[in-house]
Amino acid sequence: MPQSSSPSDQAGVPDSVYLDAAAAAPLHPAAREALGAALEDGWADPGKLYAQARRARQLLDAARGATAEVIGVRAEELTFLASGTDACHRAVHGVLRGRQRAGRSLIHSTVEHSAILHAAESHRRSGGEVVPVPVDRFGQVNPDAFAAAVSALGVAAAALMSANHEVGTLQPLGEVAAACAAAGVPLIVDAAQSVGRAPVPEGWSVLVASAHKWGGPAGVGLLATRTGVRFAPDGAERPEAVSLPLAVAAAASLRAAAAEADAEAARLRPLVDRIRAVVAETVPDVEVVGHPVNRLPHLVTFSCLYVDGEALLHALDRRGFAVSSGSSCTSSTLRPSHVLEAMGVLSHGNVRVSLHRGVTAQQVDRFLAELPGIVASVRAEAGVVGL
Amino acid sequence: MTEPDEVLDCRGQRCPLPVITLARRLGELPVGAVLRVLADDPAAAGDIPAWCRMRGQDYLGNVTVDGVAAFDVRRAV
Repeated sequence: MPQSSSPSDQAGVPDSVYLDAAAAAPLHPAAREALGAALEDGWADPGKLYAQARRARQLLDAARGATAEVIGVRAEELTFLASGTDACHRAVHGVLRGRQRAGRSLIHSTVEHSAILHAAESHRRSGGEVVPVPVDRFGQVNPDAFAAAVSALGVAAAALMSANHEVGTLQPLGEVAAACAAAGVPLIVDAAQSVGRAPVPEGWSVLVASAHKWGGPAGVGLLATRTGVRFAPDGAERPEAVSLPLAVAAAASLRAAAAEADAEAARLRPLVDRIRAVVAETVPDVEVVGHPVNRLPHLVTFSCLYVDGEALLHALDRRGFAVSSGSSCTSSTLRPSHVLEAMGVLSHGNVRVSLHRGVTAQQVDRFLAELPGIVASVRAEAGVVGL
Repeated sequence: MTEPDEVLDCRGQRCPLPVITLARRLGELPVGAVLRVLADDPAAAGDIPAWCRMRGQDYLGNVTVDGVAAFDVRRAV
């Protein structure tokens, strides 16, 4: 196994390389700075009528304004929530309630995030109809098939993610948005993996995102609802629910991430392309999954034949690499990832690598240098050689 | 559906074991032989066809045998 020359490696413990930004990106320095300032200055209840409250209100308004500008909406169209999951649930149920008279049917892709799928499932359990649209081997929906589904009678809403969180494939959002507009069906876009990293095509009605995917703090979700969309919030829920300092930190980091996004994408895309090419070349019996071109700049996934995903993640962790997996043995339900299943690709031995602003080319090189040996040793331990 | 030449019982095996067992056994059978894999691991339904595609073997489809999912594979190469 190649040796790194870092001092800590000489002691037998390799440097830690965090490669799971798609789960949670490390906190952006702008978030840390803004969080400190907001804790100092924005602790008062913004709804009260005194100077401290006005200061808190100003901070929240500024955070909303900055966030809305990046998303491309008006401030009043944007709501801060406590998580991306909460935003997904409110988006789906709010549109379905608002469009009850139009119908009870929800169209979505089979590779949506589980937060959207869980909201769809609760709609189905309460008597609604749910129509999943399949994806191809790359994880993309066929825009014509999606258009046909939204044009059916009784469709209340459609949900399609901007890009997939497990394989990085971009969806044909422009074409799907045009089809939804033609059918008069509001389109809910889960843009959690795109916001702060890559542009989100126009044409959506409701957009959701999550701050800790772009380097903001955990505990902030965004819900943007275009004016004119029939949206009926649950009267029992608080219209907005977020920690004010966290929202301020989320806004500061989003502005910083969006400003850096083009340069970061230009830096990370070649690294992802390199991982795709080198893994396919140096690891025997591997399937690199996701669309080769229409993809996020920072995320890559591959599956290694005959390899136990959990054993591989532990072996990588022992060498300091933090990655995640869609293999069933790594999930609490012991089911393979619904995304890999829907794509019809190998689900075992699966590794997702997602990069962030702190990942260097040298770290990627070390990962690529060590991976073939790590996969070979996991295969050898399981007695799988020469198959 | 073609009657299998042999049935491989992978019930109780977790991924990636059913695919490993299949790969081992199919290699021992002649080209053209059909192997039926019984597997209750939820990953098998995706992984067996994917293995066939990666390995150039013929995936013939799945049936249910006594309540258990069964996947038929013909050795092509």
